[in-house]
Amino acid sequence: MSHYRLIDPDEEFQNYRRRLRFAGLVAGLLFLVLFGRFVWLQVLQYERYQSLAENNRIALVPALPSRGAILDRNGTALAHNYSSHTLEITPSKTGGLEATLANLSRIIRIDPSDYKRFRRLLAESKNFETLPIRAHLTEEEVARFAVNRFRFPGVEIRARQFRQYPFGATFSHVIGYIGRVNQKDIERLDESGQLANYKGTDHIGKMGVEASYEPWLHGRTGIEKVEIESSGRPVRIISRAPPMAGHEIYLHLDAKLQQVAESTFGDFRGALVALDPRNGGVLALVSKPGFDPNLFVDGIDPANWGLLNDSPDRPLINRALRGAYPPGSTIKPFMALAGLELGVRRPSDTISDPGYYSLPGSRHRFRDWKKDGHGLVDLKRSIVISCDTYYYQLAQQMGIRNMHDYLAKFGFGRKSGIDLDGELPGVLPSPEWKQKRFKQPWWPGETVIAGIGQGYNLTTPIQLAVATMAIANGGNVYKPQLIRAWRDPATGKTSYAAPETLSRIDFKPEFLELVRAAMVDVTRPGGTAAVASAGTPYLLAGKTGTAQVVGIKQNERYDESRVSARNRDHALFIAYAPADNPKIVVAVMVENGGHGGSTAAPIARKVADYWLLGKLPEALKPEDAETPETELEDSPPPEAEAVAQPTDTTATTERPNP
Amino acid sequence: MNPKRSLLRLFSHLDMPLTTLLGLLLLLSLIVVASASGENTDKILAHLFNMGVALSLMLIVSQVPPQRLMQFALPIYALGVILLLGVAVFGDVVNGSRRWLNLGVTRIQPSELMRLAVPMMLAWYLHYRQETLMRRDYVIAVGLLLLPVGFILKQPDLGTALLISASGFYILFLGGLSWRVILGLGAALLAFLPIVWNYLLHDYQQKRVLTLIDPASDPLGAGYHIIQSTIAIGSGGWLGKGLGSGTQAQLDFLPERTTDFIFAVYSEELGLLGNAVLISLYAAILWRGLHLASHAPNLFGRLLSGAIILTFFTYAFVNMGMVSGILPVVGVPLPLVSYGGTSMVTVLIGFGIVMSVATHKKLVKT
Repeated sequence: MSHYRLIDPDEEFQNYRRRLRFAGLVAGLLFLVLFGRFVWLQVLQYERYQSLAENNRIALVPALPSRGAILDRNGTALAHNYSSHTLEITPSKTGGLEATLANLSRIIRIDPSDYKRFRRLLAESKNFETLPIRAHLTEEEVARFAVNRFRFPGVEIRARQFRQYPFGATFSHVIGYIGRVNQKDIERLDESGQLANYKGTDHIGKMGVEASYEPWLHGRTGIEKVEIESSGRPVRIISRAPPMAGHEIYLHLDAKLQQVAESTFGDFRGALVALDPRNGGVLALVSKPGFDPNLFVDGIDPANWGLLNDSPDRPLINRALRGAYPPGSTIKPFMALAGLELGVRRPSDTISDPGYYSLPGSRHRFRDWKKDGHGLVDLKRSIVISCDTYYYQLAQQMGIRNMHDYLAKFGFGRKSGIDLDGELPGVLPSPEWKQKRFKQPWWPGETVIAGIGQGYNLTTPIQLAVATMAIANGGNVYKPQLIRAWRDPATGKTSYAAPETLSRIDFKPEFLELVRAAMVDVTRPGGTAAVASAGTPYLLAGKTGTAQVVGIKQNERYDESRVSARNRDHALFIAYAPADNPKIVVAVMVENGGHGGSTAAPIARKVADYWLLGKLPEALKPEDAETPETELEDSPPPEAEAVAQPTDTTATTERPNP
Repeated sequence: MNPKRSLLRLFSHLDMPLTTLLGLLLLLSLIVVASASGENTDKILAHLFNMGVALSLMLIVSQVPPQRLMQFALPIYALGVILLLGVAVFGDVVNGSRRWLNLGVTRIQPSELMRLAVPMMLAWYLHYRQETLMRRDYVIAVGLLLLPVGFILKQPDLGTALLISASGFYILFLGGLSWRVILGLGAALLAFLPIVWNYLLHDYQQKRVLTLIDPASDPLGAGYHIIQSTIAIGSGGWLGKGLGSGTQAQLDFLPERTTDFIFAVYSEELGLLGNAVLISLYAAILWRGLHLASHAPNLFGRLLSGAIILTFFTYAFVNMGMVSGILPVVGVPLPLVSYGGTSMVTVLIGFGIVMSVATHKKLVKT
């Protein structure tokens, strides 16, 4: 049968009770299972879940140190920070990046260039990174976003420090710039064990002082232990290891002097290095043209990069360190000292200059710049009038090996060791060098032209400045240094960089005096730089130079007006002043500038005028006739007191901030 | 009549042991809601208000004799089905499912009504047919169960559909459905599981089941809730972190922390000890409820009380199981603990029925 009847209500009742008891039993068992689960989670696995909960709640947030400022010798900021609001997006938290961007652009102006940069950063970044979309928000924009904030998960406003280079292109090659940390930087930091210290840091020194003193400028990143909500919003700070701001770095540079030097170049390309002959401090270092380092801070856009990178003027090359040019006649004072010191020449020796020099047994004529020759020429006059024949002969008599060895003492052919990256060593030729470089023997004629700074010779402006410094200060070859002092913001103590002597040349005093006197006469009537130096109230010692860009054939004459602008000779000038108590050494190179005396010497003169007299060139004179600052801070501490290099923090003597 | 005596008579229909246990549970609920809401006064007051309303309804329902309740069974059930039909046609879509019916003045969720209407209807039907109970009657009863469940599944609201099915099943089970049929149906269900999986479950429901098996497979998506609530419970340890000090709860790592996931808050802040107290309370309520049910005077009362108590247990078990990660997340509040008026009212009306059945013995002839 398909149906049944409950025969006995009592039996039905008993049946019901059995089922109820059964259900209750099952329920009790299930509760036991559940309780077993709780025991498992809360007792047996407690440690694990406890630490998971802690990891949830605690976030270690890097507290960024503020980057040290870079200042000139007078405390003028050359690179500093300012605070500004940026709008930042964490793409993974937006829940729809495109919609967020579209809505965002309705309340805050976002330019196409902002989008472009954001997209580029996005392509390079990991998903959970926070990326800036707009910088420098106005107060109004900040307020407007704050009101709409709830509509934009994953978007926030942050107060950030920005690096700024107030002088723009003027210091581009010295100060350099910072840029976003890239993969290469990360690898380098990892190798040096510095990666942890860069947690949260977006920018790192890429060039110039910003790069060479990066570990100092960056400071130490602090850590905040923060309790966070699930959204990542911090609720309270649990503990805090405060960041330590980077050191302030004071350079030997003088902002005004640098401006003077840069402006005097006008439209010329070239480089200038000014050193303090008493300690090797770099007073000015110019490479023209420069570029605006501010463009690089947040990633240079392709258009500007293209302009800089493709320009035939090559603004990205630091000519003062990487521009290797034939020194031309600026080599002569050093050759003269070599001749005297090596006993090849006595001061009184004279030669007769017919306008050319030929090697014994050869008919090839090495021509003087003056076609008909200078007649009787002694050593002093050879410098004053820049007689080529004299040095052809001297070089030949001295021999290339002696020449190489003696000139090497001045620092030619090797890096000066300046505290900037990327320096080139130039070339101080020798038979060994030639054999190695070209696998060819040395020819006697090559010695002759090396005597006037041509041939294989290549020097950088910084090398010329260092060599000139050795004449100015009586034989001390200092390492050129940008850094003058550094201040630790934590202790407020200022430490000074000690001059570093690379080598000492012991000149016989009368030889040195003779060459010095000759260099002074170069700037006097009859000398090659007389016009440019007329009327200085101080003694200016110098030497002109002209470096050939294209070779001139035996029977040709170099005619400036007939050569295209980029094939014109490079103009050179080295100088120091005052000659009786040198305070500044200048080396100038003007690319395609023609003659050293007419193009390069006036630049050096103006730089010396400003440094010694406080005289500003016309272009830089302030509108209101304000008296320019003439008071200059004087030299760093004596050697005895000053100590180690900045790279060695442990061995510094502290001095109060001046 | 003396008003004092009539008031006493009013309370005479409450079962004191059960009422005390329920009161203790509500007290616990008040504490944990206060903590989970961050001591939000508005929320605490609203919760107290809900308790007041629900307890009053329990008191009122307990006065209604079972015979009267039986008369309501069919009309309420019919109304519920009509409303569910209305939802299917006119309902508002909230969070991707169509559960609410907008009546102009207020919005209601008819599936809530069915939580009581379905067991009442089935209990009434079996009671009505008890003299001539045939196999056909069970088929009809199953049909009466599946009609509203089908609508609710369609909304879709898997959790409610499953729990209403459970309450219906309890009626049939207690009503003497033979073991052979139960086991047969169970086997058939298992056999049909792949079909259910492929054709009846929505993507999000499939995902929930999958993430239950391996929450780590989707730690930021569907698995996030389970992972976070498991962490909350586990990190509670023996004694918990203290009320208001649960980091998972107070720092917003727990979803729905005053409603579906309130047990994680409770467990994190009061630990295994708190859990033991809570489970003991639930077990005591279950025990007392089943005791009352087993002494119910007629079939309707027995079936309905038993099913209500077992459903109450099911809610508690499913909620704690899902929050502690052994059952899929189906969106069931922890009965009488979670914040929320609807659930509290439904559950306490249910207990009102149980008490009515237990205390109206003398008026009923078996």
